[in-house]
Amino acid sequence: MDKSVNKTNKFDILGSMNLRTKTLLAIGLSVFILVLVVIISFFIDPSSITTDWSVMNKPPSLEHLFGTDWMGRDMFTRTLKGLGLSVQIGFFASVLSSIIAVALAFLSSFNKYLDSFVSWLIDVFLSIPHLLLIVLISIALGGGAFGVLVGVAFTHWTSLARVLRAEIKRIKTSEFVTISEELGKSKFWIARKQILPLVFSQVIVGTILIFPHAIMHEASVTFLGFGLSPHEPAIGIILSESMKYLATGNWWLALFPGLSLLILVLLFDIAGENIKKMLDPASAND
Amino acid sequence: MIDKKKIAKFLGYKIVRFAILLVVVILLSFILIDMSPINPVNAYISNMVVGPEKIAKLEAYWGVNQPITVKLMNWLGNILTGDFGTSLIYRTPVLQVISEKFTASLILMLSSWVISGVLGFILGVLAGFKRDTWVDKAVKVYCYILQSAPTFWIALLVVMIFSIWLGWFPVSGGVPIGALSNTVSFWDWLRHLILPAFTLSILGVASIALYTRDKLIEVMSTDYFLFAQARGESGWTLIKRHGIRNILLPAITLQFLSFSELFGGTVLVEQVFMYPGIGQAAVSAGLRSDVPLLLGIVIFSAIFVYVGNLIADVLYNFVDPRIREGEESG
Repeated sequence: MDKSVNKTNKFDILGSMNLRTKTLLAIGLSVFILVLVVIISFFIDPSSITTDWSVMNKPPSLEHLFGTDWMGRDMFTRTLKGLGLSVQIGFFASVLSSIIAVALAFLSSFNKYLDSFVSWLIDVFLSIPHLLLIVLISIALGGGAFGVLVGVAFTHWTSLARVLRAEIKRIKTSEFVTISEELGKSKFWIARKQILPLVFSQVIVGTILIFPHAIMHEASVTFLGFGLSPHEPAIGIILSESMKYLATGNWWLALFPGLSLLILVLLFDIAGENIKKMLDPASAND
Repeated sequence: MIDKKKIAKFLGYKIVRFAILLVVVILLSFILIDMSPINPVNAYISNMVVGPEKIAKLEAYWGVNQPITVKLMNWLGNILTGDFGTSLIYRTPVLQVISEKFTASLILMLSSWVISGVLGFILGVLAGFKRDTWVDKAVKVYCYILQSAPTFWIALLVVMIFSIWLGWFPVSGGVPIGALSNTVSFWDWLRHLILPAFTLSILGVASIALYTRDKLIEVMSTDYFLFAQARGESGWTLIKRHGIRNILLPAITLQFLSFSELFGGTVLVEQVFMYPGIGQAAVSAGLRSDVPLLLGIVIFSAIFVYVGNLIADVLYNFVDPRIREGEESG
């Protein structure tokens, strides 16, 4: 902000905005791009990703932005479809993850035995490396999209559950909760009417911030061969296939799909961090 | 001085907790495998020709046709007596496979852990000290991007650049396939270690650098730091005396807490570089239904992560003079 004072070029539009407008702009832009990716990938007909032997292994060009693979499939279309799939799985996994986190955080607030049980459960889930646990859960459920989804969901709730547990503890010491307890309101009523509305924004932010991790873990597990089936156009599948063709110099097969995934993850991070600033203005000064 | 009695009590408590945790991990992983469509006995039989008495022995080991509780107790008993079963892929006892593979991985993990820790700390101190300059911005952008990058993709890029484009390193493999590990020369082996270790190092830098940067900025805004500046201290001496002394221990603690991520990263990196370590063993065990090996690896990875957390706890509770003093007076 201070730098923009003595700049008088066309970037002054950015400099003249206040932090709030900038934050809103960042959220708007990143959400717009993400929604666009999902919508476009939704409308890509799987049959349009056809094999065309006449354009095998073509490097990137205007016609094929990301090049083509050894079966002549357009990598740009495949990547977009894969990104859409990643967002879908990431969405369900992070929502499921948040539900687990909220349920356990409230459970821990009921009494002190449940509280130590929940913190012990968090320890258990943190004690096995995430990747290995996802693989194990995915195998247990017979693999496929469902297996990865549940695997990712069951490994990513811990951080949000910790935050919520501490927050709920703090709220429970406040006067309005004590008064409600004296008035004989049930624990469920207090949880629903007095605590949930206060932690709601944290749940939303937490869910959005789980998203990038969920997407990356899904891609990693799929890359290792435990996730989505090889017929799906997932980014993990695309990249693990590209490994076989790296030695022949087909660099575009790995570079662009991975880069797109990186940008997607970054966008989610930017959106999440900025939404956090909007919902919890105190954190904007960090 | 460090209170020996207190440490003993602390360690005792931690060991009891660890024992409980380990039993739960063993049971949990067994239940998960039991839920899966994989049948350990059938997987074994379909992979090699075995006689009926061997099948009977296997069925007894896995407790086939028995209720899950009996199976669980059976399995737990086997593990506690040190019988992890025989690996299906390697045809040797699981413990032997794990000790061999884990050693290979530990060298990889340890080297990248040290490099990423030192490098991350230096970058973090630089970024924090030169706050809001181009150094700070460059470090921040680097860290943010690497934190969002899929590990295996960075590994693929490293292969593309250093092995294929520049041709400095072999494309894959820890040791040539088919060769015994002791016949491979030290240099050959080192050549295969460098790229995976390099990949893990540049990835591990991100979290430690960002943490160190924030901590240093926090320290730089304290009164004692300001007072030191007012006394005329400046530059490197100032940072060394008042900054690094205060942030080194939390940074080391954080680095010990990262064992779980390190393990996950190693699995992916080993897969890309075909480095014959514990991660690759875990992946092939999972893909080829080698149940005893997979369960064994899960248990040992849990031990690995717990040791990291335990060291972090000890550092935090007993080595940090501020917390030690606080507990003694409190």
